[in-house]
Amino acid sequence: MTGRGTKTIRVDTLARVEGEGSLYIKLVGDRVADVKLKIYEPPRLFEAFLRGRHFSEAADITARICGICPVAYQMSAVHAMERALGVRIDPEVRLLRRLFYCGEWIESHTLHVYMLHAPDFLGYPDVIAMAADHRAIVESALRLKKIGNRIVQVLGGREIHPISAAVGGFYKVPTKQQLSDLVPELEWALEASLETVRWTASLEFPNFEQDYEFVALRHPDEYPFNEGRLVSNRGLDIDAAEYEDHFVELHVKHSNALHSVVRGRGSYLVGPLARFNLNFDRLPEVARTVALGVGLRPPVKNLFRSIVVRAVELVFACAEALRAIHEYEPPAVPRAEVANRTGVGQAITEAPRGILYHRYALDEKGLIVAARIVPPTSQNLRQIEDDLREYAACLVAWPIEEATWKCEQAVRSYDPCISCATHSLKVVVEREETGED
Amino acid sequence: MSSNKERPRIAVFKFASCDGCQLSLLDAEDELLGIVAAVDVAYFPEASRTMLKGPYDIGFVEGSVTTHWDAQRIQEVRRQCKTLITIGACATAGGIQALRNWKDVDEFVRVVYATPQFISTLKLSTPIAEHVPVDFELRGCPINKYHLIELITATLAGRKPNIPTYSVCIDCKRKANVCITVARGIACLGPVTQAGCGALCPSYDRGCYGCYGPMETPNTASLTNQLRILGQTDDQNVRAFRGFNAWSWQFRKASEECEHK
Repeated sequence: MTGRGTKTIRVDTLARVEGEGSLYIKLVGDRVADVKLKIYEPPRLFEAFLRGRHFSEAADITARICGICPVAYQMSAVHAMERALGVRIDPEVRLLRRLFYCGEWIESHTLHVYMLHAPDFLGYPDVIAMAADHRAIVESALRLKKIGNRIVQVLGGREIHPISAAVGGFYKVPTKQQLSDLVPELEWALEASLETVRWTASLEFPNFEQDYEFVALRHPDEYPFNEGRLVSNRGLDIDAAEYEDHFVELHVKHSNALHSVVRGRGSYLVGPLARFNLNFDRLPEVARTVALGVGLRPPVKNLFRSIVVRAVELVFACAEALRAIHEYEPPAVPRAEVANRTGVGQAITEAPRGILYHRYALDEKGLIVAARIVPPTSQNLRQIEDDLREYAACLVAWPIEEATWKCEQAVRSYDPCISCATHSLKVVVEREETGED
Repeated sequence: MSSNKERPRIAVFKFASCDGCQLSLLDAEDELLGIVAAVDVAYFPEASRTMLKGPYDIGFVEGSVTTHWDAQRIQEVRRQCKTLITIGACATAGGIQALRNWKDVDEFVRVVYATPQFISTLKLSTPIAEHVPVDFELRGCPINKYHLIELITATLAGRKPNIPTYSVCIDCKRKANVCITVARGIACLGPVTQAGCGALCPSYDRGCYGCYGPMETPNTASLTNQLRILGQTDDQNVRAFRGFNAWSWQFRKASEECEHK
C-alpha cells in the first residue's frame, strides 16, 4: 500500500505485559493522527476501600495491587505509615528492607529482560519458543529469577504477597545463617547478571532517542530504593511530602488508569532509564564498569536500550544483596512498637518499574481516613503515548505486521504494569485515507 | 507457542486481579519447561504474543467479575473450555475488591477518579462460580504454585487433585509451631482458614489473616467468641473477616454477624 492509503495495524490484546490494555494508533496519510493507550483492566478502587482500615493493614492490602511487585507496595506503605506515625526504624531493618527490594528487582527484572522483552529482539512470540533455540539462556534466566524469589521468600515467607513486612520493621527477621545460605547462589547470580549485560548489549536496537524528563529518587550515597529526594534532569528536587504540589493526575476518557504529568511541563519517564541516568555515580563499581564496557553511559535516551539498563540494575541488585548479607546483624527487636495516633505521611520508593508514591492520613485510632497511590506505570502512560506518536511516524512505510510488533516492543520497553496502573494491552494501529484515493 | 494436537491445549484468562496467580506459573522456575513440554499453551497473553482461538482443554481463570463486559466474557470463556479452573481469591471469592460490596460503589469511584462518568463498573465484585459452573476452585491470595502444578498434573492424569481442605491449624501442628493464640494471645484466623500456605503467618510470629479463605467446615462463631475473649472489638473482627476472601459466604456471614451485633 502507498503512504496515502488506508492501513490498519491491530493487536487486540497486547501481550507480555502485566494486566490488560490495548493500543490504538491512527495514521492519516503519513501523519500520526491519534495515539491512545487504552486501559480496560477493570478498576479495583483501592484508595476507596482502604478508608477505615488500620494502618497495620495497608502493606498487606496494597500488595494486592500488583502480584509482580508486591514488595514495592509494602515498602511504600510502611515508609509512609512510619512517617505519619513518627516511627524510627533500626539500621538493620533498613538494611533488610534494601535486601528485600534487591530480591524483587532481581525477580522482576529477570522476568522482564528474558521472558517478556528479549523475545521481541530475537523474533519469538514468547520465551517458550525462544527456549527451543536458546535453552541454556532460558535455563540460566530461570535460575537467576529464582534467586530473586528466594530472597523475598526468606525475608517474607513467600515470593508473591509476602507476609513479614510491618510498620516499624518486620514481623520476624532472618538469622545470619539463613541469609548466608543465599551467598553461593547470589555469587553465581552476580556473574550471570554481568553476562546478561553483555548479552543484552549485543542485541539490535532501533535508533530512537527522545529528550525525556527523567524522574527518580536520589540518595546521598546509595543507588536508591526507599529513601532520597525526588529529582529530575530538569531541575526538580523535592521531598516526598511535596510530590502532589509538583505532579498532577489527569483522568482521560480512554483509560481506567490516571495519567500523571509534571505540573507546568507534561510527560516524564520513571524506571530503570531514569534511575540509571540520574544515579550512575551511585552504582557500585562492578555495575559501572560493565555498563561502560558495553558503551552504556548516561544519559541513555534510547528507550529500547532499557533492556540493557535493567541488566545493569540486575548487577547492582546482586552486588547490593551480597553487601547487605555480609553486613547484616539481626536487630535487637524485629520491629519498633507503634501506637495509634493521627498523622499524615507520604513515601516514595523505587519499584522495579519506577517511583511508587503513597500518602495516608490517619485518625486517632490509627484508621486510614484518606489514601493516595500513584504507581509507576500511570506515571509513564503519558510518556508512552508521546513516544508512540513519534515512533509510529518513523514506521509509516513499514509493513503492518512488523510496524505493529515494533510498537508493541516500544511499549514493552517500559515494562508496563497495567494491574498497577488501574489499581494489558491491545495494539491497534489504524491508517485512514487522506481523501482523494 | 506452537499448536500441537496431541497435547492438551491450555488457556489463561484474566479478570479483575493483580496478576499474581498467573505469575505463579512463571514462578515455577524448576518446573516451567517441563510443564510447557507436556501441554500446548494456546492462550496466555501475559507470556505470549501468540493467542490461539479455542476451544481449550483446560482454562485457568484469574480475577473476579466487576464489569458488564466481563460478565459477558466469562460466559464465552466457559463455552470455550472443557475444564474450567479458577485460581486465587479474586476468582474464587471476589477478592479484596469485593469490599465494595458493602458500600456505595459510585461513591468509591468518585473517590478515585476525577471524572466518574468515564468509569463503568458493577456494584458487586463476584467470584466466577456465581456466573458459570466451575470444575475446580484453587484457593489462595496468592495460590500456592505447587498446588497449581499438582492440579495440572492431576487433570492431565484424569485423577482428583490432592489439595487439602483442612485448616491452617493442622499445618501449624505439623510444623511444631507453638500456637500463637494460646501462648501469646495473638488473634489468628488459622482455625477457620483453609491450609495451603504452609502456615506462613504463624511461622512468622503473626496471626493468620485468612488469605486462603474458609476451610471446609469453619466454626466462625466459635472463633469470633475467642477473638472477643482476646479483647478484640467487633470492629476489629469485622475487618479480620473482610480481607481477601471477604465475599466467601462463610466469612461474609461471620463479618455481618459481628457488624450487626
